[in-house]
This record gives sequence, structure tokens and C-alpha cells, in this order.
Amino acid sequence: MQRTVLLTITLALAAAAASAFAAPVNYKTPDELAAFKPGPNLEVVQGNCSACHSSDYVATQPPMKDKRAFWQAEVTKMIKVYGAPIDDADVGKIVDYLAATY
Amino acid sequence: MFDRRDLLKGAGLAALAATLNSTRALALDTVTLPFANGERPLVKYPQKRPMIGLTSRPPQLETPFAVFNDGPITPNNAFFVRYHLSDMPYNLDPDKFTLEVKGKVDKPLKLSLKDIRKMKATEIVAVNQCSGNSRGFFEPRVAGGQLANGAMGCARWRGVPLKAVLEMAGVQTGAKQVTFNGMDGPVNDKTPDFVKALDIDHASDGEVMLAYGMNGEDLPFLNGFPLRLVVPGYYGTYWVKHLNEITVIDNVYDGFWMKSAYRIPDTPNNAVEPGTAPKATIPINRFTIRSFITSVPDGAKLKAGAVTLRGIAFDGGKGIKEVQVSTDGGKTWVSAKLGKDLGRYAFREWKLPVKLAAGSHELKVRATGNGGETQPDTPRWNPAGYLRNVVETVRVTVA
Repeated sequence: MQRTVLLTITLALAAAAASAFAAPVNYKTPDELAAFKPGPNLEVVQGNCSACHSSDYVATQPPMKDKRAFWQAEVTKMIKVYGAPIDDADVGKIVDYLAATY
Repeated sequence: MFDRRDLLKGAGLAALAATLNSTRALALDTVTLPFANGERPLVKYPQKRPMIGLTSRPPQLETPFAVFNDGPITPNNAFFVRYHLSDMPYNLDPDKFTLEVKGKVDKPLKLSLKDIRKMKATEIVAVNQCSGNSRGFFEPRVAGGQLANGAMGCARWRGVPLKAVLEMAGVQTGAKQVTFNGMDGPVNDKTPDFVKALDIDHASDGEVMLAYGMNGEDLPFLNGFPLRLVVPGYYGTYWVKHLNEITVIDNVYDGFWMKSAYRIPDTPNNAVEPGTAPKATIPINRFTIRSFITSVPDGAKLKAGAVTLRGIAFDGGKGIKEVQVSTDGGKTWVSAKLGKDLGRYAFREWKLPVKLAAGSHELKVRATGNGGETQPDTPRWNPAGYLRNVVETVRVTVA
């Protein structure tokens, strides 16, 4: 039994030496720490934005003079350019949240 | 740029979580980049030392600036990371990986990693820099990844010339461009996949490389394992990671990431009046010339007397002719001694012994390239926050 185990290990090592890669990469990223800040319509924002990117994309944007125009432009870009499937009814709610919270 | 002790604290924890599959993470500490809303977590990813976390999904990591004082080669575990799309090939199998070469070629190819590694290898030392490097310093501020100066790095890349692979496939007459696609893709089918293009002449210049090696090791996963494009002198947007699809086309590629994104103003210095929009744009291309002081962070307190200033310089491929340093806010300049020449695409080290009297000093550094171009005293501006290369200033207090 023990010999079988040793033999298996030896073969596995030999295989690893023969080929630099013996298995899929299985790269594990750390858990996401950042979360959207509490604010009006938070669940609408979580439901729409989190599908494609983490909340730090929003949180790290610079402080702009006209927050509403800035965030309206960003949400429009997400829909028109990146194809985000956001319901018309949700667009205003998301912009309200972003302008009030970030 | 930030407290060096933060890094040291992080390094201890990093040793605990050094394996590839670690899910232990995370915010080891925070750093504050020197612009509004610049607070960032220091994060630990597999194969990486603690890095400045910009975003987590998809991952974007900035190199702590102190790393650039350690030498002209940026270690793999400190090299910056930038992705656009969240569907990542985290479980790719290198034994099953194939690079497809297709389109306007006589003989379409499907190459395994083994096939590529069997070809004659070449090496080049070259800087990779994110188009958005230093975007956080733009004034007025612009949307996008808010990076300080750490989205750049210099590595020794090993691989095969793209030219050799194109010759194997036999490029047909009438070919205009070559497009590059990697295994990472969008979560949503309607989001444009990240595909970049180079003109056929550029793609066949013998320098553009399909790289599998970086500083003597395999590429780290987050830097494009197992194969990435290396486009010396060009911004990182062209250095497609996890590269598995090369297509020769007989037109100019009009996908989103070429036609609409990564564009710079079509003006003489690729800048516009701050806050305005350009009338016409072109695809971003070569790096502007830059230089940095790496041995002294902004805001440092130094002892009066002799100190040797050190740093790096690089440009879009002509190479660095001269680096000058000013310790009086730009009134007078002295030429620094250049370090070893690792090639015209590499970081060029420089150093200069200076004497500093008590008081406040503005230290400045300015590089000149072999083509005569140099760095401007005032920052250029464009709406996407690209091409920053103003003469950088480090303010120190000497006592």
C-alpha cells in the first residue's frame, strides 16, 4: 500500500518534470472586499452594476463638480457602449444613487 | 508616494499567502495616492506581492512606486495588472492551450504551447505601460482608472517573433492589419470583446513578439499566462494577454477597442485645451518620453549635505540620450550619469550626486530621447487621461 503511494508520487513528480504544466491553472483571486455604500436604490445598483464589475470601479472615480452629469454619462456609457441590459425605469434610480452616494 | 512601512507590513503577511491557490486575501493595509479620492487597499493576489488594488473584478493592480528604485527590471510579482472584462480564463489548461492563426493566410495554424516553445526564441527588454498610467494626476480630472505612476514596468520578455509565426502561416497579398484576441472576454454578450489590431508592417517588423517568458519565468497568470503579445514602445493596450487568436485581415479593424476606445487627439502634441473635446482622434500608439526620481518620495525629509539621487527614464523606442536633474525647481539643470543600456525599449537608470542645503527644495528630472524629444514643463491634457509626461517634481524638506 505504502509502496503504491510512493510509486504514484514518483510518477507524478516525473510527469511534472517532463512537462512544465501538468494541470489547469485554477487561479483563485481573493474574495471581493469592496461593496456598494448604503444609499437610495442600493438593490437596483447591486442588481445591475455588479453583474460585470466590482463596486470599486465606482468608488475610485474622482470627485467631480457636477456629479449628476458625470454619473449620468457613465451609466449611459455602460448601456450604449458596453451593452448593459438596464431597464429604462432603473436608469434614473441608478444615477440618483451614484450622485447621492459617490 | 506612500509610507514605505505599509509595504513592509504587507510583506510579512504576504509570505503566509504565497501559494497560487490561496483565497486568503486581502486588504493588508491601505495607501493614499497623492490625488483626491486616492485611498486604495494594499491587496495580495497569488503570484504577486502586496500591490495597490484599484479594482477587484476584473483585477487591476498598481505597482507600489518604491519598487522602481530596486533596479531597471520590475519583478514579476510586482508587475502591474490591468484587465477590461470579467470573464477570465482562471482555469485554462496550458496543455490544451492553442494559438489559432487565421484569416488572410495561405495556411491557417493551430499551435500548442509546445509548438511555440520549440521555435527559435528571442528576448527583448521592454517597458510595458498602461495607457492610463498617471491618469489620477490629470487636472481637470477625467473618468477611468485612477492610477498614480505605478501602471508601468520593465521586463525581459522571451518568446518568438510574431513575424516568424506570420511567415509560417503565409500572409496573403492585400493584408492590411492583424487582430489579436485573448481568452478573457465579456460577461455580457453585448459587451465588445477586447480585440486589438496592428498594421501588417508593424506586426511583421520582427520586434513584436509572442511572449511566454518574463524575467526567466513563465508569465504570471495575471500578466497573460501562457502567452501574450509584446509590442515594444507601444502602450499596454496592444499587449493582449492570454493570446489565443490572431487574424490577418484585408481592411482596417473597426471593433470598439480600436475605433472608439484608446484614442488620442489628432493634434500636433496629441493634446487639447483642458476640459475640451478633440475634433478628430487616432489610435493611441507609442509612449511619450518620461523620467522619474525613484530614490526620494514626494514629501521626504532629508539631511543636509550630499545625497545621490537615482531614477529611471524611458521613451517609445528611440532610447534615452540624456537625463537632467534640477534641485532648484527647474532654474538650473545638471546632467545625470546614465546606467547600463538594456536596449532602447527598456528603463534606463540614472543617478546624480547632489548637495542639498537646509530648506525646501523642488527636485525635477527631465529626459531627452535620441530623437531630440523631451518632456514638457506643463502637463498636456486629453479627455481620456493618456500620455502624461510632464517634468515630474519631488518636493523635499532638508534639515
